[in-house]
This record gives sequence, structure tokens and C-alpha cells, in this order.
Amino acid sequence: MKFKTTAVAIAAASMMAGAASAAEVEVLHWWTSGGEAKSVAELKKMMEAKGHVWKDFAVAGGAGDAAMTALKARVVSGNPPTAAQIKGPSIQEWAKEGSLGSINDAAKDWDKLLPKAVADIMKYKGNYVAAPVNVHRVNWLWINQDALNKAGGKAPTNYDEFFALADKFKAQGLVAIAHGGQPWQDATVFESVVLGVGGAKFYNDALVKLDPTALSSPTMLKSFDTLAKIKTYIDKDASGRDWNLATAMIMNGKGGMQFMGDWAKGEFTAANKVSGKDYACVAAPGTANSYTFNVDSFAMFNVKAADAKKGQLDLATAIMSPEFQEVFNLNKGSIPVRPGVNKAKFDACATKSMADFDSTAKSGMLEPSFAHGMALPSATQGAIVDVIAKFMNSNMSSKDAVAALVKAAKTK
Amino acid sequence: MISTPSADRWLPKLVLSPTLAASLIFVYGFILITIALSFTESRLLPNSEWAGLERYEQLFDNDRFWTSAQNLAIFGTLFIVFSMVVGLLLAVMLDQKIRGEGFLRAIYLYPMALSFIVTGTAWKWLLNPGLGLERIVQQWGWTSFTFDWLVNPDKAIYTVVIAGVWQSAGFAMALFLAGLRGVDSEIIKAAQVDGASLPTIYRRIIIPSLRPVFFSVTLILAHIAIKSFDLVMALTGGGPGTSSDVPAIFMYQFSFTRGQLGVGAASAVMMLMTIMAVMVPLMYAEARAGRDR
Amino acid sequence: MTLLSRLFLYFVLLLAAFYALAPMWVMLSTSFKTLDEIREGSLIAAPHAPTFAPWLKAWGTACSGVRCDGLKPFFLNSLVMTIPSVLISTLVGALNGYALTHWRFRGSDALFTMLLVGCFIPFQVVLLPMARTLGAIGLSDSVFGLIFVHVVYGLAFTTLFFRNYYLGVPGELIKAARVDGAGFFVIFRRILMPISGPIFMVCVIWQFTQIWNDFLFGVVFAGADSQPVTVALNNLVRTSTGVKEYNVDMAAAIIAGLPTLFVYIVAGKYFVRGLTAGAVKG
Repeated sequence: MKFKTTAVAIAAASMMAGAASAAEVEVLHWWTSGGEAKSVAELKKMMEAKGHVWKDFAVAGGAGDAAMTALKARVVSGNPPTAAQIKGPSIQEWAKEGSLGSINDAAKDWDKLLPKAVADIMKYKGNYVAAPVNVHRVNWLWINQDALNKAGGKAPTNYDEFFALADKFKAQGLVAIAHGGQPWQDATVFESVVLGVGGAKFYNDALVKLDPTALSSPTMLKSFDTLAKIKTYIDKDASGRDWNLATAMIMNGKGGMQFMGDWAKGEFTAANKVSGKDYACVAAPGTANSYTFNVDSFAMFNVKAADAKKGQLDLATAIMSPEFQEVFNLNKGSIPVRPGVNKAKFDACATKSMADFDSTAKSGMLEPSFAHGMALPSATQGAIVDVIAKFMNSNMSSKDAVAALVKAAKTK
Repeated sequence: MISTPSADRWLPKLVLSPTLAASLIFVYGFILITIALSFTESRLLPNSEWAGLERYEQLFDNDRFWTSAQNLAIFGTLFIVFSMVVGLLLAVMLDQKIRGEGFLRAIYLYPMALSFIVTGTAWKWLLNPGLGLERIVQQWGWTSFTFDWLVNPDKAIYTVVIAGVWQSAGFAMALFLAGLRGVDSEIIKAAQVDGASLPTIYRRIIIPSLRPVFFSVTLILAHIAIKSFDLVMALTGGGPGTSSDVPAIFMYQFSFTRGQLGVGAASAVMMLMTIMAVMVPLMYAEARAGRDR
Repeated sequence: MTLLSRLFLYFVLLLAAFYALAPMWVMLSTSFKTLDEIREGSLIAAPHAPTFAPWLKAWGTACSGVRCDGLKPFFLNSLVMTIPSVLISTLVGALNGYALTHWRFRGSDALFTMLLVGCFIPFQVVLLPMARTLGAIGLSDSVFGLIFVHVVYGLAFTTLFFRNYYLGVPGELIKAARVDGAGFFVIFRRILMPISGPIFMVCVIWQFTQIWNDFLFGVVFAGADSQPVTVALNNLVRTSTGVKEYNVDMAAAIIAGLPTLFVYIVAGKYFVRGLTAGAVKG
């Protein structure tokens, strides 16, 4: 009986709180299944605790392309959601169209919390228009630990060691490099190679600033040569393979290593594999002191009503809160974007990622991932990905690839 | 001469008018909007900043566009021909008072009922040399057997034909079957009395009388071929590389994923013009031929 | 027909059935495997420890966004959207086809040709202008808007089906009825409707399949509360960086296709009925 009265009281209180500031917060996102969906559910809980109503607009699709289509239709019909999962330079593109609103009121201390490389992406003309959720590191190399032990146990730190190891894996009867031949996976490998061959500054000049000298430099030629050599260690059936099947090859002892972002960890964890015992997570060759990041974020659309704006600001605050950053990233396999989050529950790979994130932010070696839509406008990125995919699937020479790359970089 | 009551003079037109209005606005109106967009700077969202022919220059300069156009020609032709032949053969065979006809019909049709986002994965596994057909046949002992079209940039588009025919031949069969069931059985009996063999009857009498059905099937299959998006996306993703790209994917990516709405619109205009050049004479000929019956 | 050719006939039919069923086998066997078994890599072998769990998960507990109750709740959305769309577009198509064949007027052939162009309009051309139109008339993000869109873009096909079917109906029949004083709708109801069984079913099969399986219009025009089952299926299957559960994906795809299969089986009965009606028609 007593329990019942309390329940009623709480319900009444929350209804009153709701009446004071209840806003329907509609959020469009593409985290629709498994751990990702659970992560978003945490955000929903936090918003409901603040008395808001969460309206879920979940649309999956490779890096959100279906979600982006739905979003465009919504904006054109004059009925945008409160917030939508948009990342990288696309935030600037949307802001340029005049669709986004400032959330500075919720972001007073964000300049101190976020590395500049990340903060710049979240801002348009000096105002915060988006809230970052997590950081994925892209330049990881995942290695089959058994095979590595048999081959001497030392993870490669440059491409000479890498190819020596690949030869040993081949001798063990493995597919040395487990890869899925889909354009975005090809681009992921390419980006790690460019970073490893040319270093962070070259990466930035070439794939972020699109400097023609860097793009047509011998270093770029060497990157393509390296990529061409990597190609020879990939099995012929790789074309079209999903990335997680490539990861499964590492797990079931058919593959040696895989270039992939840290979401691969989710696959290992789901199969009860442990880092250091079943697999090793190391930085891709030559990239130990640099870091390509893939930051997911929610862009905030123009809302007029005062209570809706309040809901939007509450959403931004909730996203950046240490509590949410912790649970979300534990579920998702990524790391928090801000300091001050309890690190106790994160695993070894994630802790390493956190340390590298901090140190590269200070050293200026923190670079946006080009393959994952963090560095370039979507049109340019797409054109460059087309070149890489073509290179990976034809006899195109490195020289021709460089020429095609220079041309693609001019796409606007 | 029949004296038409006045109501019947305007009723047919009245019945057709909502469809006509919908077509004028939602087909022709939208085509005009797209044509207009193809001359603008539109990127993420539509805008009206004039860009002249720049979008078309960009389009024609893009290798992927030409690859995709060529692939549509290959895929479209093979897909329509094979689906039609398989569909017609199945329909004729099912029309021979087959036991379990309803069951077989449902089996042939079922591929169309499944979302290709997922069946595409199944096909991808079946056609992958390391997982599917090639491996099985090799395990059976025929070790030199190869079937690697899926991962071969020159052949990938043909695997799309295989899966496409799988998906759509059933519907072609259903259309033909409905047509066969409408053929007058008296004519067939008369021909049999005259001593004509069954294949001759089909070739000379029945199949020619299905001309409108052929037209429907062609139109439907052409529609499926041109709009093939899920099919290619799930099976090859346009790959290896961009070797099995088709216009539907090209248009979608440029319009919605890559923020180049203007280029996407230009490609849509080019495609519509090509289709109209091929299909409209065919359609009008059919429409008029129908009148002469 | 000789016994031998009859046997050959069945052989070919079964071969075709095999072709139709091969991917189904992959889907079914995968849907009964555990994820661990799938990771081991023989993707098209039979499951060695069959489990029903993926099916239960697909139906009742898989997540689509923050909502984790499987495909179940989305079936109603899909039915509410599909049934009216199919019926309206089929009925209007039947009337159109009838008017275009037996009530010709000047320009009716050109009109038919003009309508057919609608078969080929690419989705890309439709999405954004339609979004704006629906927004302007207040139908955006609603099931009514979605039904409207499906009817509009289904009419070209339904008109085509009925027009070409009604071509085969002898004009004398209609003329005779008009001499008897029957009007436009009376002739349609008394003469055309009773013999339309097969084509009606073909049309329903086509429209039901197209609309039930449509993803793009559903995701763009339905709004968050009335998303059809294909959107949920897509959300389940196309995870971006999460763990891929092929077994649940396959089970979900088969479940999502069941209503369409049901329509095929029911429609199949009318094929036979159409046979007798067609024979009478003469």
C-alpha cells in the first residue's frame, strides 16, 4: 500500500515536472541494433528522467545513407527532427543550408573539454551546432594472437616488419590479411597506409587539406605501392565480404590480421575472445604516435518553441555528461570524447586508445578519419573513395592512381 | 449506331481524370522540377542558384556514370530476356494440368516476396567462390570447377542477372499464366482436331495471342531492371570496385549520400530521356495496335 | 502426351523449383544456427545444433532503435498501409483500364502512353518534391501520406494490367449491353467484374508485393510512429558498426515475407477460378 502511494506521488511529480518543461525530443539516428541500440536507450532514459518525451526515429543503413535521405525529406517538408546523427564536415554542409541552430548555452565549457580538432568539427562560425558522443579510433590493426606467437610474437611497427610478418602468416597457411572488398573498407586500409607511410602531417596535407603537391608527391605514390603490395596478401574471395566476416576469419584461425576501426572489438567481445590472449590490438604499422578519429555526433536543428529549445539544450548537456559518455561508450566499444570519465570499466584496448587520444591531441597528431566522413565534404570523399576502390579491384598502376586521385580531389 | 446516354459521354473521362491529374503533377511535374534542379548548384538540399550545364559536364566526366549506363544495358537486356523466357516456359509447363500446380506456383513466386536486403546476403554467400557453389562442387570431387563471377570485375554484373532472374521470373510466369488461362479452349480443341501438335498450337496460336501480355511483362521487367537498387546493393554493392554499378545506385548516391543533388538530377534526366526514347515509341505502338483489334 | 515427356516436364519444373529454393535453403539453415556456428565459416551447410532462438528474437525481442520488441509491432503498421493502398490502386486501375479499352475517346491512346511513363519515374526524382508536397498539404509523416504516395505511383501499373486484360474482352459483348441500355458502371459490374478474377489477382500480387516490400517510401514518408515492417527489418539487418547477427537477419526476412506468401497462396486459388470464368467468357 505504501509502495503504491509513493509510486503515485512519483508519477504525479514527474507529470508536473513534465508539464513545466516537457518537450518532445525527436532524434534521428542509425544506431538501430544490438549494443548500439542499447547505447541510445541510455540517452533516452536520461532525457525521460529530465521530464522530456523521447521520440525515436531510427533508420539504419550503411553509415546512415538511408537515414540521411529520410532526414532530407523531413527538412524539405518543413518538419525537421530536434536532433539528427550527422558527423564530420556534413555538419558544416547542413549548417550552411541554414538548418542548424546554436547550442552554445549548453556548451559553455566544451572548448576546455574537447580537443580542438574535434571542437572545430562541432562548430559553425564559432557556434556549437552539434554535440559529440564518442570517439572511434580507425588506425587499428587486429592480429590473430596464436599466429603472432608462432611468428615470434612481435607486432609490426612499420611496413617492412608488416610484410615480413604477412609472409610468415602465409607460410602458416593463413590468409595473411583478412579484408572485405567494399569501398569503405578499402578506404579504411588506404587511410591507415597513408598515415603510416607519410606520417600525420602528410596525411593532413593530402587527405584533409587536399594539397595538390602532397597528393601528387612520391610519398603518395609509395602509399599506393604499399597498398598494391597489401592487395597481394588478400584472398581472392574478399570482394564484397562484410567487415565482420573478415574479423571472424581472425577469430577462427583462418586470417592473420585485419585493418579495421575499434568497432571490431565488439565482434571479438561478442564471441568471448579476449585481447592479449586471442587477439592483439595494435596501431596500424607506422601510426603508433598518431590517431585517426571517427567521432559520432548529434547535430541540432532549428527549433522555434521555447520548450523544444530547452529539450534540445538538455539533450546536448546529457550527451556530454560523464555518466552518459561512460555507459554509452562501454556499450559501443568506443571511448569518451571528453576527460573526466571513470575509466575503470574500460578494457585494455580502450584504455590504450584513451591514452593515445590524449597524447596525440597534445602533439597535434590527432587527425580526422577520411574514410569515415570526418575530413572532407561528402562529394569529395566519395570521388576519392571511387578511385581507391577502382585501384583495389583492377590493375591500375600506382602512377595512374595518383593522377586519378589528384583529379578526384578537385570534386566539389 | 448506339445512342450514348449523356452520362456515359463524360463518365469515362471523369473516371480517368484523377489518374490524369496525378500523373501530370506527380510524374510530369516532378520530372520538370528535376530538369530544373539539374541546372542548379543544388548540393545537400534543392536550391535555385543557376549553374548552367556544369552538372552535365561533371556527369559526363565521371567514369562511374558510363560504367553504370553500360551495366544497365547489359543487365537490362539479359534480365528481361531470361526472365521472360523462364517465365513463359514455366507458365506453359504449369498449364499442362500439373499436379501440385498451386504449390509450385507459390515456390516460383516466393523469391519476390522476400526483401532483397537479406536474400542478397544469401546469394552473396552462394556465389562466393570460397563459401558457396564453387566450394561445394570442388568438395564433391570436381576440383577444377571454378565459378568466381561474383569477385571478378568483368563478370560481376552477370551474377546480378542470375539473382535478378531468380527474383522476377516468378512474376513473369504469373502474368503469362493468367494470360494462358484466358485463351479460348475451343480454338485449341479445333486445332487439335485438325491434327496440329501441341508445340505447334502454342507457337502458332496461343503465344501470338498473348501479345498484350508480352507487352505488360516487358514493361514490368524493364521497370524492375531500371530501378534495381537493393538487388545490386545487397549482392555486389556495385563492386568489385565500381564494376557492377548501375544508374539507380549512381543517382541515389549522388543525390542523397554525396550531397551532389545537381549531378544526381542530371543523371536522372539523362536516364529518363533514354528510357523515353526507347520505351515511348514501343508503348504508343502497342496502344494503337490495341485499337485495331 | 507420352509418359516420358510428362516425366521430363516434372523434372524441369522441379529443377526450376530447386533454383527458386536454393537461397531459401541458405536462409533457413542460417536462421537455425547459433552465431558461433556461423563464425566457424561453413555458411551454407546444415545447422548441426539447430536452435529456434533467432526466430523468437526476430519476432519478439530484436531491437529497432530504442524499441526492442522485434518485428511484431511493425506488422500492424504495414497492414494498415498496404491494404488500402492495394485496394484503392487496383480498383482505380480496373476502372481506368475499362474506360481506356471499351470507352475510347479521341486521345485515349496517347493518354494511356502518357500514364505508362509513370512506370519509369526514378525514386530519386520523387522523394524531395513529394516530401515538400506532403508537407504543404499536411500529410507528411503520416500513414495517409504514405498510402497516397503508393496509390499515385501504383496507378500506372494497375491501369496497364487491366487495360491489357480487357483488350481481350470482345467489344461485341459491351456493345450488346449498351444496346440493352446498360450504362458505364452497370456494364463494368455485370460484365467485366465477374471475369476479372485472374488479372485482379495478378494486380493484387504485384501491388501487395511492391508496397509491402517498399522500404524507401516507407522510411521517408511514414514518420516515426507508423514505420512499416521493412524499415524495422532494415534497422535490424543493416547495423553500422555493431555485431551482425545473420541468423536473426535471415529469420526476420522470412517472417517479414510471410504475409506476401499468404497472398500468393490465396491468390493462387483464384487463378483456378479465373480459368473457368475465362473459359465461359469465350
